Amino acid sequence: MMAMNLSEVGAGFQDIALGSQSIFRAALEALSYPGRHVTVNALFDAPAAANLSSSGLLLALLEPGSRLWLSPSLVGTDAAAWIVFHTNCEITQHPSDAEFAWIKNWKELPKFSSLCLGTDEYPDHSTTCVVDVMPSHDNVPPSLFTLTGPGIKDFATIELQFMSPSERETFIQERALNHALFPCGVDLFLATAQGLIGLPRTTCIELSDEAAQCM
Amino acid sequence: MLQPSDSVISTTNFSRAEWLALLARAPLDLLEQVLKNHTQQAPQWLRAPETGLMMVEGRAGGTGERFNLGEVTVTRCALRLPNAQKIDPVGIAYVVGRSHRHAYLAAIADALLLSTTGQDELEQSLLTPIKERLAQQNSARQTQANSSKVEFFTVARESGAGQDDEDEA
Repeated sequence: MMAMNLSEVGAGFQDIALGSQSIFRAALEALSYPGRHVTVNALFDAPAAANLSSSGLLLALLEPGSRLWLSPSLVGTDAAAWIVFHTNCEITQHPSDAEFAWIKNWKELPKFSSLCLGTDEYPDHSTTCVVDVMPSHDNVPPSLFTLTGPGIKDFATIELQFMSPSERETFIQERALNHALFPCGVDLFLATAQGLIGLPRTTCIELSDEAAQCM
Repeated sequence: MLQPSDSVISTTNFSRAEWLALLARAPLDLLEQVLKNHTQQAPQWLRAPETGLMMVEGRAGGTGERFNLGEVTVTRCALRLPNAQKIDPVGIAYVVGRSHRHAYLAAIADALLLSTTGQDELEQSLLTPIKERLAQQNSARQTQANSSKVEFFTVARESGAGQDDEDEA
């Protein structure tokens, strides 16, 4: 097995049971109420390369042997070393083989069809994507989306930061394709600096009308 | 799982693999005594001591196919020294048995040996005594075993006996 460089690895949960349970609770709430921003509170030493909430979520969910795909700019960072050290997960080179995908920013969001979509017998085998909502462009206005679907009364709106217009278009298209695959398809967690937003495969995402975009 | 990285080997007389092996076998009283100045403050845990099972693999004669010999109880931990920065070395320990204290002390010693100052001193005060103590234990055990040694002598058949047998047949 490869020798690991521990020089920049930080600590895991201060209290493993309570830390991972509180994050698991947050993840459940985020998926049950798509679009709701759920605050993550847990004590651990998050890596510098990723958001606190995405690191915490993966730290809580991954177990030895879980296959994690990293988006290109996360490969070789302290985040990669940190998650492997604490969870003993496997880093896979093939997105189609991954149980989890950790994506650094909107720019690196892969096509959902390149990830594991599950099968009709086992739709639960699909990849769970964790996207860090992190600055990757200068001065892009936040994008407004309208969400409908199970877990949402009437509709919900979310405001996503750091998304360029072309990324916004691709995201909408990709989500529509993903939605059409039901019961297969990937589930999405958006990780901000403070918390999580769940976008399960059942949620339908549309751009809020142009008038709202301009405001 | 981790293995000691060779890139961090210092200029001491012991390689990191060697000193990790020594620390893992070291008598607890010796570790306590030498490291007492470094255990006043709580360390920065990367992985608090945890006990689990590891599969030991063997090879018949040291060269044959691998096989699973059996499981052994191992306690491991990883830490930084109390006042360390994030870039400072991480001390690790894998110790047979369930002693969290032993793993903790061995990891502290590893971190100290990896840090930039005081290696030679620690080598003198800790590693060399451990090596001596282990050698003593080993020779004591050998002496004890040798005291009950039984020599078996096989008496060669006298020549001609084989021929007698043949005659009888």
